[in-house]
Amino acid sequence: MALNPILEVTNLTQQFRSGDKKLTVLDHVDFSVEEGTTCSIVGPSGSGKTTLLGLCAGLDRPTTGEVTLNDVTLGPLSEDQRAEVRNKHVGFVFQTFQLVPTLTALENVMVPLELRGVKTSEVQRDAEELLTQVGLADRMSHYPAQLSGGEQQRVAIARAFINKPKILFADEPTGNLDSETGATIEKLLFDLNKARGTTLVLVTHDLSLAEQCQRIIRLKNGQIHKDEWIDTSTAEQV
Amino acid sequence: MSSFFSKWSWKMAWRDARSNKKRLFVYISAIIIGVAAQVAITSFRDSLNNTIDNQSKELLGADLEIETEQPPPDTLTAYFDTLGGEQSTITEFPSMVLFPKSGSTRLANVRALKGNFPFYGSLETIPKEAARTFKTDTTALVDQALMTQFNIEVGDSIKVGKVTFAIGGGITKVPGEAAAASMVGPRVFIPASMLEATDLIQRGSRVEYKQYFGFADERDMNAIETRVDSLQDALGIDIDTETVEERREEIGEAVANLGKFLNLVGFIALLLGGIGVASSIHVYINQKISTASVLRCFGASSNQTMSIFLIQSIVLGFLGALAGTVIGVGVQYLLPGLVSDFLPVNVELTTSWLAIGLGLFTGTGVALAFALLPLLALRKASPLYALRTMEGSITALLSNKTKAIIYVAVALVVMGYATLLTSDWVIGGLFTAGMIVAFGLLWLVAKLLIKLIRRFFPSHWSYVWRQGLANLYRPHNQTTTLMLSLGLGMLLVSTLYFSQDMLMEELDFATRDDAPNLIFFDIQPDQNEGLNQLLKENNVPILQNVPMVTMRLDSLRGRSTQAIDDDSTNNVHDWALRREYRSTYRDSLIDSETLLKGEWIGQAPDTGRVPVSAAKEISEDLNLAIGDSLTFDVQGVPVEAIVGSIREVDFQRVQPNFFMLFPTGVLEPAPQIYVTVSRAPNQEISASVQQAVVQKYPNVSAIDVSRILETINQFIDKISFAVQFMALFSIITGLIVLASSVATSRFQRIKESVLLRTIGASKKQIIQILSVEYLFLGILSALTGLILSVGATWLLGYFYFDITFTPNLWVIILGTLIVTGLTILIGMFNSRSVYKKTPLEVLRLEAT
Repeated sequence: MALNPILEVTNLTQQFRSGDKKLTVLDHVDFSVEEGTTCSIVGPSGSGKTTLLGLCAGLDRPTTGEVTLNDVTLGPLSEDQRAEVRNKHVGFVFQTFQLVPTLTALENVMVPLELRGVKTSEVQRDAEELLTQVGLADRMSHYPAQLSGGEQQRVAIARAFINKPKILFADEPTGNLDSETGATIEKLLFDLNKARGTTLVLVTHDLSLAEQCQRIIRLKNGQIHKDEWIDTSTAEQV
Repeated sequence: MSSFFSKWSWKMAWRDARSNKKRLFVYISAIIIGVAAQVAITSFRDSLNNTIDNQSKELLGADLEIETEQPPPDTLTAYFDTLGGEQSTITEFPSMVLFPKSGSTRLANVRALKGNFPFYGSLETIPKEAARTFKTDTTALVDQALMTQFNIEVGDSIKVGKVTFAIGGGITKVPGEAAAASMVGPRVFIPASMLEATDLIQRGSRVEYKQYFGFADERDMNAIETRVDSLQDALGIDIDTETVEERREEIGEAVANLGKFLNLVGFIALLLGGIGVASSIHVYINQKISTASVLRCFGASSNQTMSIFLIQSIVLGFLGALAGTVIGVGVQYLLPGLVSDFLPVNVELTTSWLAIGLGLFTGTGVALAFALLPLLALRKASPLYALRTMEGSITALLSNKTKAIIYVAVALVVMGYATLLTSDWVIGGLFTAGMIVAFGLLWLVAKLLIKLIRRFFPSHWSYVWRQGLANLYRPHNQTTTLMLSLGLGMLLVSTLYFSQDMLMEELDFATRDDAPNLIFFDIQPDQNEGLNQLLKENNVPILQNVPMVTMRLDSLRGRSTQAIDDDSTNNVHDWALRREYRSTYRDSLIDSETLLKGEWIGQAPDTGRVPVSAAKEISEDLNLAIGDSLTFDVQGVPVEAIVGSIREVDFQRVQPNFFMLFPTGVLEPAPQIYVTVSRAPNQEISASVQQAVVQKYPNVSAIDVSRILETINQFIDKISFAVQFMALFSIITGLIVLASSVATSRFQRIKESVLLRTIGASKKQIIQILSVEYLFLGILSALTGLILSVGATWLLGYFYFDITFTPNLWVIILGTLIVTGLTILIGMFNSRSVYKKTPLEVLRLEAT
């Protein structure tokens, strides 16, 4: 059975102006990611990985090209309309965790659903459940500064899954962690992703992490250098 | 707008605020003092206006006052009789009084009272009954302040003219008069029955005859005034009327002007607070960019994100305004003490809801207006900043056009509020323009100083000094904000101080060796020689002895003054037409006079018009040219004159100066009095000469210049104290802004200091670096304010007072030292966490 694409990137180019010069960070990039699959984007520093992730999630507008997320073409949408799309369908995990420092762990996890206007009691129940799943049942009322790096990233993962996203974007999720903690976080991320059937798009320069995904897209100088499927059975379905 | 009212925005605003309490308190603290100043002044102004409305009749003490400068002619007294009601007369004139107990003398304002004035309110005395009994007991009432000054008690005596009265009581309040009136002319009341016996009313004496009316029924005051005007024309004398309504308006206007001025001074404190708010919220929002971006990543709209911080700004602005309002209501009770001497009523303080409402509204409004720039910029913050750190200031996200619109909007809000405070859009506009110029200049000087530091950076200095100095222009510095706020406070206070200093310096003529310090006037011709002899006997030189003839202008260029006055198209000043001229005659010009136009003729020709010399000022007011004809009424005798010359007169000299100077050979037979100018070598001789003159010539008055100076000094002291009290609000706000700027930039400083400590800097070095930074900040802020205040005072002196201002270097040094000291003290106190805690402890703490 063929899988439906949830993310379609067409002819994507991103240029920045640096003084008088134009800097092309992404150059005519085309690819799509199918629902329920895991895909990593790898490449050396400056290859355009994070820029591509930002564009895929609708955090920025491309110079040319188009991004379609869950059948919604992002181009014509306003910034606030794209925010609404993110709220409904997207989850994020960042390298620097990006927890709101003035909110407790529980409140941080609750934010995406609260934004949607869901009843607080329901949101709280779901958030507590997720925090328990990530092993932080006893740290819910702690502020980010009172948590270790690994704990903060677990809160971030719980937050990423609270709105039951169709697609999860992760930017170097273990980049700021030691290898042991990193491994735990990797496992947690993939386990939750699998359990919830979420599509995962992961940006990293850590090949061992990338290889845990079904597919690896290699970027070089802003172009797709190589696009390979590790899990061939899924590749056949595609 | 819906985002602002959404539950989520308020919930997030609260969650974010609860762990930022300290930082947010810093944000609101800057406006508290400004709001307090506004509420205190507005509340006091309101109470004062209510009091004036409630006590309007007490302000005049009667329903009507009719005043003449000569005994009312029979036609006028006949008219008084037709008016009926209760009537009372006061004959008022300046005269020397002598206290036999100490032998001291003083020029006083003597009032001979007949009847039961005041009909409303009361003449307050100690003892109370003296106000009622002095007319029957033939005692005198003396200003209580004068009695205290000369150590005189009830029962002691006072000599007024030829009569020695027992003092029946001390005057503490005269209806409608401020306590400060006693400084200018201490009041002495005597019974009218004794006036003739004093023998003080002589030819040439300046006397005011006031008739007071108390009506039991309603009268048409307009009709009375019209009738008095027609009598004035018919009799050819000046008759002034004043009704309760006119007095109320007059005092109300004076109070309104005082209130407007103090309100504007207070408003400056609020604006400074606004700058403090702008600076703290700017740093605060800059630190919130990543939070906002993350929220945007998870689906918050730009309005929702902005709403969180907008709600915080409004709520905190409101809380700050509330705290300021509470303080302001309290401070209101201090204000009467500051200005009571200048008020003609005892203010009944009430809580002014208008002031409270205005305080809350303005405080919140100013906080919001000054927070607008970073708040609107936050809307533009891209969610991408969650992935990539944003460099630089958040306001860089706004286009220049948007920024310009915000600046213009803020200027309009300021102008609108200043107009509201002063009920005059011209003043509101001028105030705003003045503030923009002051801010602009401060900003320019601040930028220039920073540029100069960079240009001439002392690279050979030690590391600690270089680091401290470099902190002034490195990213996230608060230099411009501090220099604006502290500099403006400094500019205000020192301009006030310098102006006062400049005026006092200029007025301090009595201390100059050659300057006259004692002037005798109202000398009758038969007393002139004897008085001059008496002065010589006391070794007091006569510097000038001039005759003075009073006259009025009857016609100008062939038209009667009445006709000119009635002509609405005339281009001459009314006062110059109607005033009483006190002129002299001599054959030559003196060294204070310079001929500008025409020819000075010292001897009048036997026939034809008399060539007179007009002072430049009066020639401008009467629009005179050489050859213009004038007719003077010299106490009933017409004198035909012609403008022979126009001369410049140095009116600042302590000597009689004259608008109209006659040649010899005309006025000699006219009734005249003499004025003698002299210089007593010291206060003792001055006092003894005055005493001797009063004993021998009771009608002669003396002006003791040093005493006048003392009075002016007291006056300026009292006024400037009230103004400085308001300016103090600006200084306090400046210091709060300093404290808040230090607090808001602390995180930046901490990161740097921790880094330095981590790589081996000692605690002592960190303290030294910070001290050097605050040392330079203090010096630069103080100097910026002082440099501009020297300029402002110089301009004031040059254009307004016609005085060349020389700044007092010591004041500049002392001012700089004080401000620098305070800056270091507050800066170091607020930075204590930077050097007291361990690097890790600090980082953990500040990250929350």
